[in-house]
Amino acid sequence: MKPKSEQELADVVKASAAKGTRLQIRGGGSRARLGHGVTGELLDITGLKGVSLYEPGALTIVTAAGTPLETIEKTLAKEGQRLPFEPMDHRALYGTNGKSTIGGVVAANISGPRRIQAGACRDSLIGVRFVDGEGTIIKNGGRVMKNVTGYDLVKLMAGSHGTLGVLTEVAFKVLPMPEAGATVIIEGLDNDKAGAAMSAALTAPYDVNGAAHLPATADTAARTYVRVEGFEGSVKYRSGKLKDLLAGFGDVSIEADRARSDKMWHQIRDAEAVAAGKGDIWRISVKPSDGPKLANLLGREAQIQFDWGGGLVWACVPESTNVRDVMNGIEGHATLIRSDDATAKQLGVFQPEPASLAKISAGLRSRFDPHGILNPGRMG
Amino acid sequence: MEMPVPDQSVLERKASIVARLQLVLPEEAVISDPNETRAYECDALTAYRCQPLAVVLPGSTEEVAACLKICHEEGVPVVPRGAGTSLAGGSLPTADSIIIGVSRMNAVLETDYDNRFIRVETGRTNLSVTGAVEENEFFYAPDPSSQLACAIAGNIAMNSGGAHCLKYGVTTNNLMGVKMVTMEGEIVDIGGAHLDAGVYDLLGVICGSEGQLGIVTEATLRILRKPEGARPVLLGFDRSEVAGACVADIIKAGVLPVAIEFMDRPCIRATEDFAHAGYPDVEALLIVEVEGSEAEIVEQLDKIKTIARRHDPAELRESASAEESAAIWKGRKAAFGAMGQINDYICLDGTIPVSQLPLVLRRMEELSKEYGLDVANVFHAGDGNLHPLILFDANKPGDLETCEAMGAEILKLCVEVGGCLTGEHGVGVEKRDLMLTQYNEGDLEAQVRVKDVFDRKWLLNPAKVFPLITTRTRREAA
Repeated sequence: MKPKSEQELADVVKASAAKGTRLQIRGGGSRARLGHGVTGELLDITGLKGVSLYEPGALTIVTAAGTPLETIEKTLAKEGQRLPFEPMDHRALYGTNGKSTIGGVVAANISGPRRIQAGACRDSLIGVRFVDGEGTIIKNGGRVMKNVTGYDLVKLMAGSHGTLGVLTEVAFKVLPMPEAGATVIIEGLDNDKAGAAMSAALTAPYDVNGAAHLPATADTAARTYVRVEGFEGSVKYRSGKLKDLLAGFGDVSIEADRARSDKMWHQIRDAEAVAAGKGDIWRISVKPSDGPKLANLLGREAQIQFDWGGGLVWACVPESTNVRDVMNGIEGHATLIRSDDATAKQLGVFQPEPASLAKISAGLRSRFDPHGILNPGRMG
Repeated sequence: MEMPVPDQSVLERKASIVARLQLVLPEEAVISDPNETRAYECDALTAYRCQPLAVVLPGSTEEVAACLKICHEEGVPVVPRGAGTSLAGGSLPTADSIIIGVSRMNAVLETDYDNRFIRVETGRTNLSVTGAVEENEFFYAPDPSSQLACAIAGNIAMNSGGAHCLKYGVTTNNLMGVKMVTMEGEIVDIGGAHLDAGVYDLLGVICGSEGQLGIVTEATLRILRKPEGARPVLLGFDRSEVAGACVADIIKAGVLPVAIEFMDRPCIRATEDFAHAGYPDVEALLIVEVEGSEAEIVEQLDKIKTIARRHDPAELRESASAEESAAIWKGRKAAFGAMGQINDYICLDGTIPVSQLPLVLRRMEELSKEYGLDVANVFHAGDGNLHPLILFDANKPGDLETCEAMGAEILKLCVEVGGCLTGEHGVGVEKRDLMLTQYNEGDLEAQVRVKDVFDRKWLLNPAKVFPLITTRTRREAA
C-alpha cells in the first residue's frame, strides 16, 4: 500500500485497525534492518513527498515524511543551509541501497558527529504530523523554533520507530552551511589518551563540532579527529589554537582542505571503520570518559570507532557477544545495530528499560496504538 | 478564570491529611496555617490567587516521594512549585491542593567538566547553576529573563528559553537527565550523563509538561565552555518592516548571532525615560550580539554591518568597550521594569514565523486602537518569539478584562500566521482556554493520553494546560 496523501494514509490505518491488520511501515528501506523484524502488510510512505514550506530567512523547512533526505539536503544547499544534525547514511553498514527518507531519519532519531554541538535529530525537529494507530491525524509542535504550547510529542515521535504513529510531515530548524571547515588530526594515540585529547578540545572555547577517534588496526595507525566549522578567518584561528592546545598529546596536523575534511567526517558519520567488520555491530552511548573504558573492556577482538568525544562507541564484536553484560555498571544504552535474527531475538536490539520506565513506555504504546498494528515488535 | 470546584471531602479532611504529611516531613516543612500559606497563593501571574490546603517543602527526593504517595492515596491534587516565577500561572493552587515546593532542594550534586555536565537539585536557581561553574569559565546556556530567581524545576516544567537560545537552544536541548517522582510516589531516573534515549524519548516529553507528569527533583544539565568574548551592535531603523528584513538577511548570510533582540518605539521611549541607555528615537531597534575571539567578533560584525547598511539604518552603533556593550544591553534588560514603572501590563509570549513580522506588527497597532490600550513590543527577533506588553490600569474596573481580551486576539493572530500561543512561558492557566485555537480536539486528546499514562488519577497540576472542558471527565473520574 502506497498512499498518496495524509488522508489516504489515515484511511489505510483506520481500515487496518478495524481488521487488526499489522502494518510494516517503510520509507526508502535503507535502514529497514534497524530494529526487530516486523511482519505485516507493507505501508510505503514514499508517496507522501515534497517540501511544503521553506523559509531560509526563518531557518525553517517543512516537508512530507516520505521525501528523500537527499532532496531536502539539496534544497537546503541551494540556499547555503543544511540540517544541523548530520544524519548518518546506513547503506554501507546494512548493504542496502534504498533512498533514505526524512520520515525514516526522524523515526529512528538519526544523528551524526555534530550531535555533540548542534544536538540530535530530535533537537532540530520542531513539528510533526502523524497518524496514530486508530487512524487519527495528529499535529504537534509547528513551524516555529520556539514553541512550548502543550506537551512535546515531537520528541516522543523522534526515535519511536513508527510504533506510536506513522509520520506524515516533519518540520525542522535548519542552520547556515558554514563557509569553511577544518580538521585537526592527532596521530598515534591510545584510547585513553585520545579520550583525554578530545575532552581537552571540547572543553576549550573553540566551538568544536566533531571529535572522533579511530584506534589502530592491523593496517592503520590510530588517528584522532577534531573538527571546527564557520567563517574562514575563524576556522583558521580556531584550528590553529586547537593545534597548539593538543600539541602535547602527539603529532598534530591540520587538514584545511574542506573536501578532504568533509570526506573524513562522512566516513566517521557512517561508521565505516566498523561497517566492514564481520561480527555484530553495536552502537553504545555512554558518558564520554567511559568510552575508552568500555573499549578496553571489550578487548582486542572488538573493532572500535569513537565519536561524540568518546561518548558514542561503535563496536564490531564477535557474533552473539552481549555488550550490555560487558558494560557491567557503565551507565548508558547499547543498541544492537546489526546481527542475525537469532542474536537480536536473544539479546534484544534496544536497551532494556528498568521496570518503572518499561511500564510507562508500554502505557504510551497501548494508548497511541491500541490495536498493536504499527510496526508491532519493532522495538522488542 | 474558571477553576475546578474544590473537592469538599478533601477540604474536610485537611487536618488528617496534614497530620499524615507531618509524619514523613520535619515539622517546619509542612505549612498549613492560612497566614503562612498566603505566600503561596499565586505565582508571577498575580491577577489570580487561591490559598492551597497546605504547602510542603521536602528536603530530599525520598521526602517528595513520601508526600506524593500520601496525596495519591488520599486523592489530593498536587501543585508542584519551583520558585513561583511563572508568568502563566503554572503553579497557581486550588483550594483542595497541596503545593509541593522544591525550594529547599538546591544543592549541586556533581560537577564534571571533562564530560561537560552538572547535576543539581531542581530547587537551584537558573543563574546559580552558571554560578557554580563560572570560576572554571563554563556556563549553563538557557537564560530566561527571570534567571536570578527562577528554579531549574520550573525551567524544566516550562521548557524555558531566553535571549541566547537562537544559538544554544532552550531547556530541552540542554537537559540530559532527570530524577523524577511519579504521582504514585515512584522514583524514576531518565537519561543521565550520556546522550539520547535508548528507547522512547521520555525526557523530551517530561520537559515542558508543566508539572503534570511528575515532580523532577534532580537534573543533569549540559554545561559549555564560555566563548572568549561577546559584543553587541545596536541598529536603529525608521520602519519595523526594514528591521525585520535586516534580521532575515543576517540569518540568510550565514551569520548566527547568539542573540537578536528587537524593541519598538513605545518600548524604546519607556526604557529611555527609565534607564537612560541613550537609545535613538527610532521606529525599531535591534541589538545583535556575536561571540568568539576578537578577530572572530570583528569578522562577524563586519558582515552584519555590511548587511545593515544595505537597509539604510538610522543608527548603527558598535560597542568599543565593555562599558559601551553594557550600555547597549542596559535598556533591553530594563525594558520590563521600565514598563512596570509607567503602567500595569500583561506580557504575552507568542511566536510567529519571522517573515510575518511586518503583518503582525501592523495588526497589533490596529488592535491597540480598537481596544484603546497601548502596546509596547520587545522580543527575540531571531526566533520570532514576541513579547508584546499590553498596558492597562489595574485600578480601572474592566481594564484587566479588556487587556486580556486583546491579548487573546494577539495570540490568535500569532497562530493564524503560522506561529504558536507560547514560545517560552508555558500555557499554565493563562492560555489554557486558547489551546483549541492552535490544536484540534484530536491533537489535544493525544497529549492528554500521555498524562493518563503518567498520572492515572489526574492529580498533578490538573487544571492547567488543557481547556477544562477537554479534561473534565478525566478529572472527575479521579
